[in-house]
Amino acid sequence: MDFLSNTVVLSRMQFALTAIFHMLWPVLTTGLGIYLVIIEGLWLKTKNKDYYHHARFWVKLYVLNFGIGVASGIPMGFQFGTNWAPLSEAIGNFFGSIIGFEASWAFMLEAAFLGIMVFGWERVNPIIHYIATILVAIGANLSTFWILTANSWLQTPAGVELVEGKYEVIDYVAAVFNPFMINSVMHMVLATLETSLFVIGGISAWYMFKQRHTEFFSKSFKIVLVVAIAVAPLQIYVGHLSGEQVQEYQPTKLAAMEAQWETIPAGQSADWSVLAIPNEKAERNDWELKIPQALGYILELKPTLSKPVLGLKEWTPEQRPHLLGLIYYAFRTMVAIGFFLAGLMLVTIFEWMRGKLSPDIIAQQRWLLGGWIFAAPLGYIAIESGWIVRCVGRQPWTVYNTIRTSDAAANLPPGNVLTTLIFFAVTYTLLLFAAFYFGRRIILKGPNLELPLPGETTPILGVNPGQFKPDQRPTEAQQ
Amino acid sequence: METLDYLLPQVWFGILALFLFLYVMLDGFDLGVGILSLTSSSEERRSILMTSLSNIWDANETWLILMGGSLFGAFPLAYGTILQALYIPVFIMIFGLIFRAVAFEFREQANRKWFWNIAFGLGSFLAALGQGFALGGVLEGIQVDASGHFIGGSWDWLRFPSVVVALTLIQGYVLIGSTYLIWRTEGELQQTHYKTAKIAALTTLIGAIVITIVTPIVYESARSRLFSQPLIYIFALIPLLGILLIWQLWQSLEKKKEALPFVWTILLFLLTFMGLALVIFPYIIPNSITIYQAAAAPSSLVIMIIFIGALIPVMLFYNIYQYVVFRGKITVDEGEIG
Ligand code: HDD
Ligand code: HEM
Ligand code: HEM
Repeated sequence: MDFLSNTVVLSRMQFALTAIFHMLWPVLTTGLGIYLVIIEGLWLKTKNKDYYHHARFWVKLYVLNFGIGVASGIPMGFQFGTNWAPLSEAIGNFFGSIIGFEASWAFMLEAAFLGIMVFGWERVNPIIHYIATILVAIGANLSTFWILTANSWLQTPAGVELVEGKYEVIDYVAAVFNPFMINSVMHMVLATLETSLFVIGGISAWYMFKQRHTEFFSKSFKIVLVVAIAVAPLQIYVGHLSGEQVQEYQPTKLAAMEAQWETIPAGQSADWSVLAIPNEKAERNDWELKIPQALGYILELKPTLSKPVLGLKEWTPEQRPHLLGLIYYAFRTMVAIGFFLAGLMLVTIFEWMRGKLSPDIIAQQRWLLGGWIFAAPLGYIAIESGWIVRCVGRQPWTVYNTIRTSDAAANLPPGNVLTTLIFFAVTYTLLLFAAFYFGRRIILKGPNLELPLPGETTPILGVNPGQFKPDQRPTEAQQ
Repeated sequence: METLDYLLPQVWFGILALFLFLYVMLDGFDLGVGILSLTSSSEERRSILMTSLSNIWDANETWLILMGGSLFGAFPLAYGTILQALYIPVFIMIFGLIFRAVAFEFREQANRKWFWNIAFGLGSFLAALGQGFALGGVLEGIQVDASGHFIGGSWDWLRFPSVVVALTLIQGYVLIGSTYLIWRTEGELQQTHYKTAKIAALTTLIGAIVITIVTPIVYESARSRLFSQPLIYIFALIPLLGILLIWQLWQSLEKKKEALPFVWTILLFLLTFMGLALVIFPYIIPNSITIYQAAAAPSSLVIMIIFIGALIPVMLFYNIYQYVVFRGKITVDEGEIG
């Protein structure tokens, strides 16, 4: 149990744990945020009550997510200082300012209008409410933008100069628009949107499967489908572009993703392994299943490559990532899920065109609905896998090719880090269970279709606002 | 160039002080209300307390995130050194904030509310405690080597003066929380908080007196600064103004004013803050690292003034707008989400 007294390892474990946990929650807040904009817009446009009730129903899941997202986000920012002080000092000029932009541009916007979006239905008129919903969605996606900018810069630092161990920004534009940035932002925005779509679609499918509010949920299901037509294939394409960029800028990561030990020279057939058992000691794969020429097609759409793919043996073990099996399979999991979700979308569209999705018979499509229910959690798995590829694959560097993870960590007593790590593990397990439990309850309870439209109840502002009113609505409306 | 090297860090010192003040004031009353909820006798009352915060706590807490992010960008060295030195109090605060945040969401849904009530109250208390010790720890100074890296021990922040600071901060939060509730509630609940506000005003006063006496005695450097020529008049003025403000606060509580106690408390916070800023400036870690040593490169500071500083009026605007939308006394059923 050496690692228990190794601060670097403990800090890495803590960062990994908190990041992996944090990442679960902003997914719905960003993706579902966009969906709420669509659905509330539909309500304003068509005046169809169902859309209003949809908005009110999905907001409940939104809020549940948001609270945990904020709670788990706070330690992320502070950890750079507490556990990675030397890194903070070295990269603060750029990275720190971006974290500041995230707070001032994104978090504040989201936080200030969330109250109106969630509690303000009776307090502001529908147009202002709609603006608040839009601003919340913009805020969430801006935070994706800034945080991915920051992370991309760690992957491909640009626009900076190292002066006495600290990065000084000489070109802010180049630093923000570092080589990975645009693609990573798109991949992440699509990832949250796609995951949210399949969560909404999956939950809607479950209701229809159970024949509860079938017509009501066929509406949300179809909106999901329409958006997914664009999102699911695009994600595969953008993911492919990410792969190309990794090949160009982070050859060690690409070699790890492919468990490729030997260099494949340009012009030679580039095979792609689907399954493998990497053996780091022997520096080879004990077993692998290869598809001839597939890597050539994946990277350049032709059987051979114009540039060589470097193998892991080009570097000494200290210069390349470890945990190869994790990186290798995480990557394949993500890609498999990407294709599965796109395929599910295609099949469903096909059934729709054949008229199988009309509200009176949609509940009979047992297999299809089952597929959607199955797909609901997959996006999360893809996202976590993607981050593992990205962060573990970047090792042994924290800032690629310049700052080693071991130099980035603060020199803390291991006992302190171990204690906080254990507290995080316990707290986050508890929160995960609680979130499942309450999320399940919200879903089991279903939408409240009796909820009056805004303005149909007594306006709160006009009436004596002073009295403490015990909840007098029908019990259905009470939580 | 020379003047810029001084001016920019000073501007950022000012902006950070503003963010910290806004945080301490705004999330201060949230945390105060949270601590008060521990003494609440009924579920109904706790509901009102939490409802009074449900739409604003997150925006209030965001000032802390903003302060953290800006400190990271503007004074990277200080960000690393301070947070590493204060590892334990910072994580006490973080876990407190985690429990406070999720309690809002989960209590609403739960049948058995007791667990989340405790999470809310205790979370608020821990967050305040951690902040108090962190503040005390910074004021006391942090041991660093020549290049400004932390070399002290992980319990350095735990000394008698920082205990006093922590307790006083908690009292201050309870005070501002009570006056906030006086402003936002009615009837019996409001009456209760006239009482708690008076108690908190007294205990805060005691804390303030102890700190005023202890600071010059314990901290040599503070002493030399405090008693240097022009500054001594300002420092003599601050306790006088403080006593005046507490007197006014007391009067407004006696006369059962509704909004005034809250206003006086805010002014009291502001005064304390200015006093603190004067004691600390131009250091960011008292007596070892100045803002000029810790500052980021000028290019970063300028960009941050454009992208963060220029946004301050906008951020204030939409925060105020939110208070306007949700003005008026609290009614419980507005806590409803669905
Ligand atoms: C729903 C989520 C999702 C889906 C379906 C996909 N990805 Fe992905 N992927 C992510 C979610 C994600 C992510 C969580 O968003 C990552 C992690 C960091 C990032 O920028 O995006 C990521 C990273 C990531 C990386 C690493 C980039 C780097 O290290 O900079 C590559 C090469 C790919 N992806 C490639 C793909 C391919 C070829 C896919 C399709 C078949 C695919 N991804 C589907
Ligand atoms: C954009 C935000 C992110 C930034 C800036 C970031 C940066 C970092 C840093 C500084 C570390 C610790 C030092 C290191 O090991 O290199 C790290 C490690 C890690 N992060 Fe990320 N990360 C981000 C998001 C995420 C997310 C969302 C996940 C997971 C879902 C994740 C997964 C990991 C893992 C698994 C490690 C441990 C890698 C290892 O030590 O082997 N990261 N990352
Ligand atoms: C190490 C990396 C990360 C840090 C330091 C970080 C920091 C934070 C912080 C401090 C919060 C709470 C803000 C508040 O109080 O409103 C938060 C929430 C949030 N984070 Fe992260 N985060 C990281 C990774 C990510 C990633 C990769 C995404 C991309 C989707 C993301 C998206 C969000 C969003 C949308 C929120 C808003 C609150 C919510 O919706 O739950 N974060 N993050």
